Amino acid sequence: MKITREELIHVANLANLKLSPEEIGPMRDQLDKILSYVDKLNELDTKNIAPTTHAISIQNAFREDVVRESLDQKDALSNGPQQNGEAFVVPSVI
Amino acid sequence: MELHKLTIHELRDLLKKREVSAVDATRKVLERIDSVDDTIQAFITVDHNKALKQAEEADKLLQSGEGGELCGVPLSIKDVLCTKGIRTTCGSRILETFVPPYDATVVDKLNKSGAVTVGKVAMDEFAMGSTSENCAYRIPKNPWNPEYISGGSSGGSAASVAADECIASLGTDTGGSIRQPASHCGVVGMKPTYGRVSRYGLVAFASSLDQIGPITKDVRDCALLMNVISGYDPKDSTSVKRDVPDYSAALSKGLKGLKIGIPKEYFIQGLDAEVEKAVFNGIDILKEAGAETVEISLPHNDYCVAVYYMIAPAEASSNLARYDGVKYGYRDSSGESLQEMYRNTRSKGFGDEVKRRIVIGTYALSSGYYDAYYKKASQVRTLITEDFSKAYEKCDVIVSPVTPTPAWPIGEKIDDPLSMYLSDILTISANLAGIPGMSVPCGFSSKGLPIGLQFQAAHFQEEKLITTAFNLEQHLDLSPKRPEGL
Repeated sequence: MKITREELIHVANLANLKLSPEEIGPMRDQLDKILSYVDKLNELDTKNIAPTTHAISIQNAFREDVVRESLDQKDALSNGPQQNGEAFVVPSVI
Repeated sequence: MELHKLTIHELRDLLKKREVSAVDATRKVLERIDSVDDTIQAFITVDHNKALKQAEEADKLLQSGEGGELCGVPLSIKDVLCTKGIRTTCGSRILETFVPPYDATVVDKLNKSGAVTVGKVAMDEFAMGSTSENCAYRIPKNPWNPEYISGGSSGGSAASVAADECIASLGTDTGGSIRQPASHCGVVGMKPTYGRVSRYGLVAFASSLDQIGPITKDVRDCALLMNVISGYDPKDSTSVKRDVPDYSAALSKGLKGLKIGIPKEYFIQGLDAEVEKAVFNGIDILKEAGAETVEISLPHNDYCVAVYYMIAPAEASSNLARYDGVKYGYRDSSGESLQEMYRNTRSKGFGDEVKRRIVIGTYALSSGYYDAYYKKASQVRTLITEDFSKAYEKCDVIVSPVTPTPAWPIGEKIDDPLSMYLSDILTISANLAGIPGMSVPCGFSSKGLPIGLQFQAAHFQEEKLITTAFNLEQHLDLSPKRPEGL
């Protein structure tokens, strides 16, 4: 197996996902298959190949730092599962 | 008159002559949805009142001789594009209650051109899938045979167009998600060049690959919609500052002098014999219409699935970090701490495929694996892009099947993610290279399921796709155009 049970749980934790005991086995099997398949990339020598991060060559997009119309507070908060009219409310952090 | 069966250009002509009203057309489309969508299951949300109100507004404009290109034309929109005041779920439970406070730029453009939005259509959760079976709400069916998949992830868009539940639709394509369902449902779909259409308000899956495009009943409609949605947008810094041509003008061009490349790597083992036959029949028709063919090679295509299933999940793992139960959507409040709230919300709100991809992506980006997986995949992405650059020195348009097989029965591949991923092997490379691609119907299987033909061109050469596709459509004249007896 390309990925141990502990590694899988660790990676899921990094992504803020809690996997149930029933999810872990099948997901490990599926990830193993996928990662084994991806190993075929090692057939290629890519030593001097630059990685592509953008399909189209574009320059950095600068813009003037000017104030524009944006969402008002009410609209911005409108989808919050818990909010008090001024801010999103979350469980206490400290 | 069966107004719902019309194309954009047919309906627009009647609307402009005031032979029918936008309200009539919208009512017909809504009635059609009411009568067939229990079977087709394409729509997640239908807003009758809002649609009819938009139609009334459109009629006022049409009456006074105003109104844009799409004035009064009822459309469906993939549920991944933000629509102000209309719920946008992305096919996910985690966004079940999300009502966007703003419109995506493409939706804004549709509205300004007078289009009517009849509803939001089903899709794989966060556009992750090839069959739309990963939708948390309903699974859109193939209108040609409801036992079969409609394709994905824009399955609801393609199914709603093929079933005449709208006049046309907008979908999105990250690895084939417009072209593949269009092919399976026997309609036309285009993924434009990366940067041609603004992604502002498109809920992000893989930002370097995602692109919005039309799904339509014919090629002329595809050109019309491209005219409306294309162009630079300051709100999307990856959209490209480049003039938008009149895509409809490309319809009247012939194929003389056009070179069509046939990539040997696309006619792979496992390619269905009926698909191969239909595609070569299409190629013969193009030759008779004046095109030349040339054999080309895309030697790294075989690696595209491996590259894609590192890059797309890596980007997704980052993009989907925003669903934490704080700003929008579902929250699970059962835990005590903030961390528990995040974890419980995400674990319950996301479906299996989304979790799987977040985990793969997080793994590929994690310390110790980054070079072996993400960086390696990004380097091979360069090789795939270079293959296309070399190929376009020899030809104008590359022709191939869209998918190795016609649609398959619902449920057949759902437990085998890798075999599902491999079905995207003919469409993924266009997204990795950022080039435009198009799917056009070219025949039927012996089971009566549609087969599509794919055209791909160099960056910003959408006009060549439209010219080639329109010539094929005119000479092929398939019948029936859409499923009968629904």
